[in-house]
Amino acid sequence: MKEIKPEDINVILATDCGSTTTKAILIEKVGDDYRLIVRGEAPTTVEAPFEDVTMGVLNAVAEVEELSGRRLLDKEHRIISPIKDNGDKKEGTDIYVSTSSAGGGLQMMVAGVVRSMTAESAERAALGAGAIVMDVIASNDKRLPHEQIERIRHLRPDMILLSGGIDGGTITHVVEIAELISGADPRPRLGSGYNLPVIYAGNKDARDTIKETLEEKVDLGIVDNIRPVLERENLLPAREKIHDLFMEHVMAQAPGYSKLMKWTDVPIMPTPGAVGLIMKTIADLEDIEVLGVDIGGATTDVFSVFQGVFNRTVSANLGMSYSVSNVFAEATLPMVMRWVPFDMDERDLRNRVKNKMIRPTTIPQSMQELIFEQAIAKEALRLAFIQHKNFATVLKGVQQQRTIADAFDQKAGGETLVNMMTLNMLIGSGGVLSHAPRRQQAALMLIDAFQPEGITRLAVDSIFMMPQLGVLSQVHAKAAKEVFDKDCLIHLGTCIAPVGDTKPGKPIMKYKFELPGGKTEQGELKYGEMLKIDLGFDSETDLPLKAKAVLEPDRGFDVGAGKGSHLETTVSGGVSGLIIDGRGRPFSPPENNKDRVESLIKWMTDLDVYNEDALRG
Amino acid sequence: MAHSYTPGLKVTERMKITKKRILPLKGDVVVKVGDKVEPDTVVARTDLPGTVEPLNVANILGVPPEDVEDCMVKKEGDPIEKGETIALNKSFFGLFKTEAKSKISGSIESISSVTGQVLLRGEPIPVEVKAYLQGEVVEIFETEGCAISTQGSFVQGIFGVGGETHGSVKIVVPDNTTVLEEKHIDDSCKDCVVVGGSMATAGSINKAISVGAAGIVAGGISDKDLREFLGYDIGVAITGNEDLGVTLVVTEGFGEIAMAQKTFDLLNEKEGIMACINGATQIRAGVIRPEVVIPLSGELHETGTEEVQLTEGLKVGSPIRVIRQPYFGKIGTVSGLPPALQQLDSESKARVLEVEFEPGEKAVIPRANVELIEG
Repeated sequence: MKEIKPEDINVILATDCGSTTTKAILIEKVGDDYRLIVRGEAPTTVEAPFEDVTMGVLNAVAEVEELSGRRLLDKEHRIISPIKDNGDKKEGTDIYVSTSSAGGGLQMMVAGVVRSMTAESAERAALGAGAIVMDVIASNDKRLPHEQIERIRHLRPDMILLSGGIDGGTITHVVEIAELISGADPRPRLGSGYNLPVIYAGNKDARDTIKETLEEKVDLGIVDNIRPVLERENLLPAREKIHDLFMEHVMAQAPGYSKLMKWTDVPIMPTPGAVGLIMKTIADLEDIEVLGVDIGGATTDVFSVFQGVFNRTVSANLGMSYSVSNVFAEATLPMVMRWVPFDMDERDLRNRVKNKMIRPTTIPQSMQELIFEQAIAKEALRLAFIQHKNFATVLKGVQQQRTIADAFDQKAGGETLVNMMTLNMLIGSGGVLSHAPRRQQAALMLIDAFQPEGITRLAVDSIFMMPQLGVLSQVHAKAAKEVFDKDCLIHLGTCIAPVGDTKPGKPIMKYKFELPGGKTEQGELKYGEMLKIDLGFDSETDLPLKAKAVLEPDRGFDVGAGKGSHLETTVSGGVSGLIIDGRGRPFSPPENNKDRVESLIKWMTDLDVYNEDALRG
Repeated sequence: MAHSYTPGLKVTERMKITKKRILPLKGDVVVKVGDKVEPDTVVARTDLPGTVEPLNVANILGVPPEDVEDCMVKKEGDPIEKGETIALNKSFFGLFKTEAKSKISGSIESISSVTGQVLLRGEPIPVEVKAYLQGEVVEIFETEGCAISTQGSFVQGIFGVGGETHGSVKIVVPDNTTVLEEKHIDDSCKDCVVVGGSMATAGSINKAISVGAAGIVAGGISDKDLREFLGYDIGVAITGNEDLGVTLVVTEGFGEIAMAQKTFDLLNEKEGIMACINGATQIRAGVIRPEVVIPLSGELHETGTEEVQLTEGLKVGSPIRVIRQPYFGKIGTVSGLPPALQQLDSESKARVLEVEFEPGEKAVIPRANVELIEG
């Protein structure tokens, strides 16, 4: 790989090889700023009859070439890098980077001694590295040892991460797990000519015994303990080892990747790992708390950075096409239908859902179908978020020092890090959010599913560029940040949601917004009401306009400064402007059917989410 | 994107069909190229390593883990019988003894002086791979399996449950629009692949199981009936391992949908001939669809029967099936392919096509919501 100085980089080509589509983007330095120039896409070519990922990459790059007018491929169909000066025209790119989730992504099994402690730390390390965690084996996972062995034999993961014990602690339990792995003699998912990679990241005193137990049967790698002491996690060495092994074993086995690996200037990253990286980078640079979601056809990924801690969860069977039937089964019909302002025949609905599952590429043609699909999306997002909240917790098993003052405020260990009141930005991605015909629909899906509290900026990643920007941030953080701000996100606006509960129609907050141009919007928000105030973009910078907000919640309501406390702040606009949500928190639509339908129609009309005629049908 | 429509399901009168038959682990291939095979012919076999049963001998004998090795009466690799003593601890001058007995027959896999755990390996589990098709062995993959080819009719379904089976084709409904009900099935359906019309009801499926039918092929199935039949709701379409006593292949989708006339006619003409069917479905990357293969007599290497028939894509005059509401299940002909994106009733913009269902009955539909009817 060539030496690259960030200041010498003017042209960047990045691809993301997804399981169905390969997406390429071209970034160039325009004046002092890096901007997205064009994007192209082509079907991924990992599977038969092509079985060479580079064909899809070249097709996507060819589309970028065509759209941008910049030559990027030479006569032998290779990416031109470094840049060549061809008379009056420059050709090629300074760097080429890529991410990949094709061929099923990275599939791992993790193991630890205690399910809620070392096994959970191992799970966090694997998820953070971008893996799909197929199973978590632990000494106390309530399965009998022979059942655990059967499970390990059956799974065929790409690799196993084994942890257990703090440094200097007991070694028996972690060795016991290693013996089960050895007995199972697991085989890797791809290829049969090599041993399964196993990473040991447990008690350092057990290393020699672990070596004796496993070395002959697996390809054993040893890194620092993931949980050297109970109070601290050390996930980085394990994550880095996972990435190395992903390149060496998984990628090298997938068709065409050995070629692609030679083309890229930095190692190929698993797609979700790269998304996590850009989110963490943005959260760190802006000192904000971020929650992101990517809802796909089969799975939904949720990423968050709260209190500086990055967490990622994958809900393997919550998605909008392949897994849509599972969303329906898990959420149940009434929970989906509570978001739909008209009646539908249950038997027909269930058949429709199954037909979407078996023909996943179809799109809603009628407004009724669109509203129904977005109702399912709200439930998929809600369920994925519950899983995330339960996983993104402070470390469990840690002894907490308490003073007498804490005696009346005792909490069990392991409470969630997710705090919707301190959340600054909620980012949505995936077809149902990014391609919603009206942006207000994406905003309402995010608000109904996640129920942000206080003041929260909303955005969608329109073309899912975050993976490419994540891998780019490793070599050029400035370029990644600039493109993220200006081209990656579509700013929807800001949701302002006072937290509290009272009777419908009762005033809950006075508001005043000083908008650009000297205009002022002020009034009183009533419980159960939703309002929309236009606040768009600066025509010169393309960035969202800002407004000064003065908010005075009623004494039972909190908008960020505490119950009944006055708050002055600055809020950002966007395509949907400011959305003031007076439905209280926690919120769910009225149970009475007539009230529910009327309320839904009113909210959807007031926010201009759907055409009113279509709603009243 | 190369295609904005869904490639259609294949329904072909005659083509060369080849299936790879591969062992889960390396083993012995027991056929050779040129062998004629029947669906039940075993083509390859192997032994899977036996199940592993851990036994904490240290705990049973009440000794420290490091002493377990000395207490073992069987060593690593030794064969063992169920109930046989594998370790023994004598105490108080040999007056008291504690024994650890094997829970399974097999061998000793390992003895740990760290955990005191002994792993017992069960007897190997024999596994056989059958031919599935009636045809000829065309290729051998050393120690892994073989490829079987046949000339025959081929019908690809959209969704199925149950694994590989075979039986003679039996048409029990008068036409492709009739719902397959319990009353259509009797003892004469035993070992047959029963062909219904627009939908198989839960009653008909249960009756088919009770008379011992091999499989059912029908246009649709209602989600409610499928849940009743399976006893659970399918969340993701990955099927094929169900052991329900019958294999089901659905050709069109969920709900009452007439089986495509061409499919019904093809099956009707093959009444009494053996069909090999598989309900396995996987709708993910690497899609697997259920299938009906009807091996026919004739030379395997006839010309003009290429397995991969390249389709020309959507064009004016192409026969299509609509695969989403509001026209779900309707069959028509493409009458126009406007290139520009058009706004749908949902306000989304998408590439569309114009379709004519009956003379004079036209509609505009997103290209993503149609399926080419392929030959």
